[in-house]
Amino acid sequence: MRVRSIIAAVLLVVAVTAPAAADEREDAKNQVQFGIRVAQIGLWREAITHWERAVKLDPTYAPAYNNLAIGYEQQGEFDKARNAYEKALELNPNNAYIKQNYELFKEINDRTNK
Amino acid sequence: MSLAAVVATACTSYYEIPIETPIRAKLDVGAFQRVLVAGFLAGGSDDVDGNLETTRLLRSQLRTKSELRVIDADVLPLMDVASEDRKGDAASAALPNPIKDDKDLDQYQHVFADVEYWKGIGEEYQQPLIVTGTVMFTSRQQTQMQQREQEVFDTLGRRRTVAERRLVERKGFGLTGRFIFIDGRTGTTLHSQGFTESILYDANRQTPALSSYFELMDKLIPNFLATLSSQKIKGTRILLN
Repeated sequence: MRVRSIIAAVLLVVAVTAPAAADEREDAKNQVQFGIRVAQIGLWREAITHWERAVKLDPTYAPAYNNLAIGYEQQGEFDKARNAYEKALELNPNNAYIKQNYELFKEINDRTNK
Repeated sequence: MSLAAVVATACTSYYEIPIETPIRAKLDVGAFQRVLVAGFLAGGSDDVDGNLETTRLLRSQLRTKSELRVIDADVLPLMDVASEDRKGDAASAALPNPIKDDKDLDQYQHVFADVEYWKGIGEEYQQPLIVTGTVMFTSRQQTQMQQREQEVFDTLGRRRTVAERRLVERKGFGLTGRFIFIDGRTGTTLHSQGFTESILYDANRQTPALSSYFELMDKLIPNFLATLSSQKIKGTRILLN
């Protein structure tokens, strides 16, 4: 009886929180997509604002951190870029695109620190 | 990879985007309008005049890629200057000439700390930023392990490839040294940065020393220029959604 109650409680929590998490991911995706569009026309500051919003909405969304890292890199903010890349890789360590972006970033960063 | 990660990766859209990463200059040269690439202490191989070639190359690079006005002047014979400095010092032996290795080069390094000398040069050329330093261009030889795919056929005529490793002799050149940036108003060193590059070729390839020297300098130039002026490095990255 007690086990059933616990299972029921867990299911209730999942049922209540899952749609909220899905909404946040959806909102974050919209912010990311808008950021991509403005970055493509060279409005990097604007893009960064949207990607920063995205990571606030959904701090587990690796693409948002990846894009934010690229935005920071484009602005010459290397410390912030490194942190964002590292967060993206922490969330999605197997993503080949994030890994490739990070390697290219490190190459430039190492060169400037020589 | 978990199922969720696979699904997430499969649903990810990607967009390749060009970026320009700005690199701030390492040295604030705002106080200078002119630059004098004065000359270098050079040694190693006799095939290349490291002093003359480095001075010429840096001047031409600065002319096209920096906002500083480049002063055209005779290249300073820094070895002679360093030897003159030592003449008054009875206890010291004559300096090695030519400079064959780093040990020889070390005996000349005091010239860069001669504030009065550099201040004098600065006054002569209206207090520019002075670029000087050391260049050692030496021949190198190394044995390296090389791997290549070898095609073999078994008794039935089936083809397969096996990795074959062998030692190969490689020859080439190394370029080591230091760029030193001196304030022509005070004669003091503002910044100095070391460099080491090498290049190796197949032992049977005949590469002229001078072209190897330029190949090696090509690798050093971006870093040298980044010291004096902001640069933008072009590249591409992948945006994700």
